Amino acid sequence: MDEEEKPVRRLSSIVLIIIVVVLALSASALYQAIDLYLKQDVASGYYLLIGFLGLAFSIYMLLQTRRRMRRFALKTTPVTTTITCQKCDFKNLREFERGDFILKEVGSCTKCDGTLLISAIYRELKEKVKEERF
Amino acid sequence: MIFYGQRIQMYVMIREIQGSLIRLRFIRDKGVKTAIDTIKEIGKPETDPTERVHQFLEYVTILPQSMDPAGIVWKLEHILDIREDRFKDEVRLMAPSADETNVNNLENTLEAAAALNIIYKVIRHFYILGKKTLSLYIIMQIQMLLPLIMREAEAYSSALKAFSYGQPIGDGAGPLVAAKLMHGRRKKKIEKDCVVAKVPLEGRTTYVIKAEGPGGNVGKPGEAIKRVIEETDGKVATIIMIDAALKLEGEKPGEVAEGVGAAIGGPGTEQYKIEESILKYKIPIHAVIIKEDIGDAVSPMRKEVFDAAEVAIDRVKRLIREKTKEGDVVIIAGIGNSIGVGQ
Repeated sequence: MDEEEKPVRRLSSIVLIIIVVVLALSASALYQAIDLYLKQDVASGYYLLIGFLGLAFSIYMLLQTRRRMRRFALKTTPVTTTITCQKCDFKNLREFERGDFILKEVGSCTKCDGTLLISAIYRELKEKVKEERF
Repeated sequence: MIFYGQRIQMYVMIREIQGSLIRLRFIRDKGVKTAIDTIKEIGKPETDPTERVHQFLEYVTILPQSMDPAGIVWKLEHILDIREDRFKDEVRLMAPSADETNVNNLENTLEAAAALNIIYKVIRHFYILGKKTLSLYIIMQIQMLLPLIMREAEAYSSALKAFSYGQPIGDGAGPLVAAKLMHGRRKKKIEKDCVVAKVPLEGRTTYVIKAEGPGGNVGKPGEAIKRVIEETDGKVATIIMIDAALKLEGEKPGEVAEGVGAAIGGPGTEQYKIEESILKYKIPIHAVIIKEDIGDAVSPMRKEVFDAAEVAIDRVKRLIREKTKEGDVVIIAGIGNSIGVGQ
């Protein structure tokens, strides 16, 4: 029920083409660099630089797009239902189910036959406690 | 760069609005889908409700003319009553198998979806207008408000989920306090979608009022309070209203504060009725508020807010002891949406 919503935004096809083209060019530049290095050509250094820069650029682009896509996910926090017995100290915590509401009677206690009541429904947020200056 | 600085800034802002607009569309579409799925699941309609849901999202409410403001409260109330009846009729048509509780929840779900739709459309309007006119001021005003608008949209998105499942929301803090006080007592339906219970508390007779749950509705607490005052011939020592209120940044959610006055939000018609009634009989009115932010108010209830209900009950009891004498009549009203809160 409280699954993380999956992002719907797909990677733009233009961005994907650019990344693939840059990746292909970088790979070819790296291949050229190795080839020229074996022929002892000084130009191999330039090709190596271009190849690595291209590779770094495309990886950065991919990571950035992934991060932006993740921002589209909607966060949902699980909601807990607390069931308590009106007579004894029986307490049961479970995930919220459709039809639950606060003060709803949900049967009788297995320990003492008392009435079981939904005493609480809430979501608990685990927030980092930051020391506020003000 | 110097000459084009402003233009570059404008393009950056347009790009920012565009990003938010994509996210708003995602939230809106997700919300509408949730609403349709819930209608299909609960209402078991024979035909596909998608078209009808889309029509519902476009409903408009034309508020009464205020050139001559005398009597506008009643005109506004009448329009809002018609709106609510129309919405409920629509929901009943869309979801024929839904019971009254689910009709209320579905109506709330659709209203949240409609709110998301209008937010998206307004931002889109300014985005397109800004791009067409290339006016820095049109673009700037929307860009400056974007963080707040996005927060509100995300709050509605969260609300939609809560409404579709029937979970108690932060705004239900007031009804929760009332429900805890009236639990186990005989309840009577009073006015529109409200219940009242006579509860002996601290040696006084209290009339505890809340919107009828667990369906999502706020009822007409103003009308209910007025009715109890009239039934007791105005012999009410004090009225205590408990409601959720917006907190300021830096304040903790679930903080409880006290004050005077009618603690009730909404369009103002219920507040007006309460103020009229208390003025007629010179009844003192006290407020106990539970603080939370806009996101928490419409999202499933936070634990802090739930725990604050007990603190609020202690404050109500203390107020009763301090402000009234034994044997007095007191009205306690828990204001807010009763979704997920029984009685």
